[in-house]
Amino acid sequence: MSNQILVVVEHLKGKIEDITFEMLGKGKEVADSTGGELVALLLGSGVEGMASQLGAASKVIYVDDANLAEYNPQAYCKAVGSVVADTQPKMLLVGNTSMGMDIAGGVSVDQNMPFIAYASGISADGGTVTSSLYGGKMNIDSSPSGEGCIVSVISGSFPADAGRVDGSPAIELASADLSGLTVQFKRLIEPEGGDLDITQQAILISVGRGIQSDENLPMAEELAAKLGGAISCSRPIVDSKWLAKTRQVGKSGLKVKPKLYLALGISGAPEHIEGMKDADLIIAVNTDPKAPIFDYAHYGVVQDLFDFIPALSGKL
Amino acid sequence: MNIIVPIKQVPDLVEELEINSAGTDLDREWLKMKLSEFDDHALEEALLMKDDGGANVTAIALASDDIDKALFAAAAKGADRLVKVNGVSGSSTHEAAKAMANAIQGMDYDMVMTGVQAVDDRDGQLAVLLAHYLNIPHVSVVTGVTVAGDNVTVLKEYGGGMVAEFEASTPVVLGIQAARETPRYVPVAKVRRASKDATIEEVDAGDLGVDAGSTVSKMYKPDTGGGAEMLEGSAEDQASKIMELLTQKGIK
Repeated sequence: MSNQILVVVEHLKGKIEDITFEMLGKGKEVADSTGGELVALLLGSGVEGMASQLGAASKVIYVDDANLAEYNPQAYCKAVGSVVADTQPKMLLVGNTSMGMDIAGGVSVDQNMPFIAYASGISADGGTVTSSLYGGKMNIDSSPSGEGCIVSVISGSFPADAGRVDGSPAIELASADLSGLTVQFKRLIEPEGGDLDITQQAILISVGRGIQSDENLPMAEELAAKLGGAISCSRPIVDSKWLAKTRQVGKSGLKVKPKLYLALGISGAPEHIEGMKDADLIIAVNTDPKAPIFDYAHYGVVQDLFDFIPALSGKL
Repeated sequence: MNIIVPIKQVPDLVEELEINSAGTDLDREWLKMKLSEFDDHALEEALLMKDDGGANVTAIALASDDIDKALFAAAAKGADRLVKVNGVSGSSTHEAAKAMANAIQGMDYDMVMTGVQAVDDRDGQLAVLLAHYLNIPHVSVVTGVTVAGDNVTVLKEYGGGMVAEFEASTPVVLGIQAARETPRYVPVAKVRRASKDATIEEVDAGDLGVDAGSTVSKMYKPDTGGGAEMLEGSAEDQASKIMELLTQKGIK
């Protein structure tokens, strides 16, 4: 095993995602305190220019292959696995993102490396990882048995600025056998333009499972109208088709930063928190006093929505 | 088209979660369990494909308390075949995936569809681990599946509402984020009938041989340090306090 902390660089449409800088920042901390080396693993085709944004790392391992031009779960698993087999890193950091969820598990099995998922914390020596589980209701500290492990990091767990360092790290070219792929990338589908862009709203009234039925939506809409805001929601509301995908806040939806985020009946799973925790003022209303959303809200109200919403509407 | 759907029960997060005396796991004695919601979506998508044009749907689960009920519920919803895998204890998703792979290996299948994640899969998501133990391709965070012959077109969701379209040849494992429709509801009476009519095949987990793991030292309720200032009183009182706040902050 080497002393390397290897960070998989995630990029889409020419832009490096923030999760990469979060992991580089954290990885640097672990590398510094353990006398290790921080290495960025860049996969793509003709994207060596991105290395100049990866200055937090002492070197960039770059796999340049036409099969990696667009993200492809099978090709990326093979390429990361091949570099991991060569470098034997002490820790492989991957985002707990749509792409990272394909890569981390695949490499874990193929390279027989322990995998700790949903990391929201990593100790400075890298030996203990805190995972956020049970919808954010429980933390679990664990340590890999044996040497070398894969950790997938929840977006927003570490400051991205710590890893956002320009520079000219050395680029080491690597190659991987990507023949015989049976998964092909076809196209990217841009989100449909909705009737309204929730990322541009100063006031969001956001509804979750607690709203219980689409018949209760007008009550929340009336409150939003009176507050001069718009309606947004958590994932289950979109899955139930009560609101359009464009209204969804969170990991697979949009990240919002309004002046006021009023969360109605949203428990606060990590996937949702990712999308709204930077709002200026977060007020959460939930019947469950232990709902994780209260850990992130500035003000909390334990109350039945159907008593609270009319009460607040009545005062506006 | 043969579709295998691995399902599992997870703690119902609506209930209070208690930690065991060792401080390393949930106190499972009184834990209320329910079908993992992502598995429910995977099952729904498989059943919709059956409704659309014919597919044979097998629900498979590792043996655990109440799992028979979950399997019979799957049958009541439309699953054709039920399989229970005996011989796995503990919470390692790697072991669960290896046991599933052993059981599935000998079956005739085109696709495996299971939930993209679960609330307790600390060592990784089942779908991708299973795919790599089976040595077949995999796509996770899937919100759309269309089959044409031996090819499957899948939609994979990225952040910000962006979606990528991939084409894969079968067999393939898909980690389902959401089915096209809200998972169907099945009345208790129908599940009871299924428990009389349907049979659960039992197979052995076989060699798990998974050595790369991790050890839990502590489970605890998160304390983010900040935490909300709680506004007490009746709904009216609370609404008044919020009005004051909004005025103070210049929002209203």
